[in-house]
Amino acid sequence: MRWLSDQILDRLQATLQLPDLSGTRYRAIRHLARGGMGSVWLAEDTVLDRRVALKILDTTDPSGELAARLLREARILARLEHPGIVPVHDAGTLADGRVFYCMKYVQGQRLDHAVRNIRALPERMRLLERIAEPLAFAHSKGILDRDLKPQNIMIGSFGEVLVMDWGAAKVKAGGQTGPAVAARATMDEGVESKAEGDRTLDRSSASSALSINLPKTEHGRIFGTPGYMSPEQTRGDPVDERTDVFSLGAILNFMLSAPTSGQADSLPQPEPSRRAPRPLQAICARATASAPASRYPSITDLSADLARYLEGRPVTAYRENFFERAGRVFARHRIAIVLVTAYLLMRLLLILFSHR
Amino acid sequence: MAAYWKPVYKYVRRRWGVTTEDAQDLTQEFFARLLEKDFLDAYDPEKGRLRTFLRTCVDRLYWNQSRDAQRLKRSSGSAPLPLDFEEAERELAKVAATESIEDYFEREWVRNLFSLALERLRHQCEAGGKPIHFALFERYDLAEEDAAKPSYAQLAVEFGLAVTDVTNYLAFVRREFRRSVLDQLREMTANEEEFRREAHALLGADSR
Repeated sequence: MRWLSDQILDRLQATLQLPDLSGTRYRAIRHLARGGMGSVWLAEDTVLDRRVALKILDTTDPSGELAARLLREARILARLEHPGIVPVHDAGTLADGRVFYCMKYVQGQRLDHAVRNIRALPERMRLLERIAEPLAFAHSKGILDRDLKPQNIMIGSFGEVLVMDWGAAKVKAGGQTGPAVAARATMDEGVESKAEGDRTLDRSSASSALSINLPKTEHGRIFGTPGYMSPEQTRGDPVDERTDVFSLGAILNFMLSAPTSGQADSLPQPEPSRRAPRPLQAICARATASAPASRYPSITDLSADLARYLEGRPVTAYRENFFERAGRVFARHRIAIVLVTAYLLMRLLLILFSHR
Repeated sequence: MAAYWKPVYKYVRRRWGVTTEDAQDLTQEFFARLLEKDFLDAYDPEKGRLRTFLRTCVDRLYWNQSRDAQRLKRSSGSAPLPLDFEEAERELAKVAATESIEDYFEREWVRNLFSLALERLRHQCEAGGKPIHFALFERYDLAEEDAAKPSYAQLAVEFGLAVTDVTNYLAFVRREFRRSVLDQLREMTANEEEFRREAHALLGADSR
C-alpha cells in the first residue's frame, strides 16, 4: 500500500472537493459556501457566458434521499418566482452521480455583515420590511421557510434583498400556512441545517406529511438554527407561518442590537435591545413570543406594524402613554406644528402691538 | 482493521511515547480484543465518530494496562495479527508531529483511507483494462512535488495520446477515485448517518 505524503494528501483532497462538471455546460471557478449536505460553487455557464452558483451534494446518494431533498429545494425555488427569492435555472446529475442545481449568482453581502454598514435605525427597519415581502409571498404559496436567519439573507450589489437557501422549507397542503391549518399540519420534513454552527436535532416520533407535488424527505428530524428557530419548531410540534414570524422577530432583534462595526454577532440577544425605541421592542417581543397564539398571526401583520412605526403611527403591539403619544404626534407632524405655532405667535404679537 | 490499525499504532507511539515493542503489543491487543469481543456494541454513532470511539478505547486500554502491569504487554494469548509494524515505523518517521495529537490521528486516518482507496482504484483500473488511466493519474496527481508534475502535453507525448485523451482519462480516474474513497469510507463507518457526516467533512469544500 502506497504511503502518501502530506503534499499528495492535500492535493488529493483538493481534487476530491472539486465538482466533476465534465459533460455539463458549467465550469467551476471557486468554492463559495458550505451547507449541511453540499457545497455551493461559483461556476461559469459556458453556453450563456454568465456566472452562476451551483449547489452540489457532497456525496453520491444510493438511497436517493439526499438527491430527493436537493431536488425538492430546487423545485420549491422554482415555484417561488419573486424578486426577493433567488431564482433557480437548472437541475441535474453530475457524471459522478451527484445531484446539483444551478441558481443565480448573487453578488453582495450577507445580512449579518451588511447590517454593520447601516447606522440609521429606520434604514434597518426598511430592510426588514423588504425581507418580509418574499416571506409573505412564500406563505401565500403555502411554503414555510423554517430556517430564516441573517446568514441566509443576501443584500445584492444593487441593494436588492434576497432570501436564500430554502433547504428546510416546508410545503403545506392547499397553499395555506396560517394558524387555521396548524391543527392539521404536521412536523414532517426538512433538510439539514446549512451554515456552520447549526444544530440538527433528531426526533423519533413524527407523523406523516401533508406535502403536495413534492417528494417527502425523511421523517423524525427537526431543522433550523438555535436562536432563530421558534419554540414549537424546536420541540417538533406542528408549525405554521408563525414559526417564520418568530424567526423574522429574531432577525428584528438582531437588527436592533447588531453593532455597526467589528464582528457581527450571529446569534440574537435573548431580550430586545433596551436602547431601541419601545414600540420596536414591543414589536420584537410580540413576534418572538413563546406561544404562537401571542405572536402576529402572519408576516403581513408584522410588516404592517413595522410600517406603522416607520410612518410615525401607533403600532398594535404597544400601548403608549400620553407623553409618548404627544411626542410621536409631534415628531410625525413636526413641520406643520412648527408652522402653526409660528403663525399663532406672530398673530399674538400683532394683537399685543395693536393694543398699545 | 486494515483501515484503522496504522493510525492507532502511530497514535499510541505519538500520544504515549511508548517503545515500538510496547506500541506493537498494545495495538495487537487492541485489535485482537476488537475482533474477539463485542467491543463495538458499546459504540453509539449518535454520540460520535467511530474513530473517536476507537481512540478513546485505545486510551482506556493503555491506562488499564499501565495500571495493572506497569508494563504494556499483550495478554490475550491469541496468535498475532499480520500487521506490518516496520512499515508503520518508517511512515512514522516521515511526518513531523506539528499538530495536536487529535489532529494527527485524524490526518493519519485520512492518509490510510486514501491509501486504501488508491489500492482499490488500482485494482479496478487493472481489472477494467485501464492501466494507462491509472498510470496517468500516478504521474500527475500522485507526483511527489508540484514542480515534478508534467504538463498534459508532456503526458500526451509520453503515453502516445492526444491531449484531450489525457484530460478525459484523468477526469475519469479522478471521478473513480472519488467513488473509491466513498466506497472505502462506507466500509469504515458504522452506519449511513456517520458515513454522510464523514463524507461531508472529508469531501465538502474547505474541510481542511
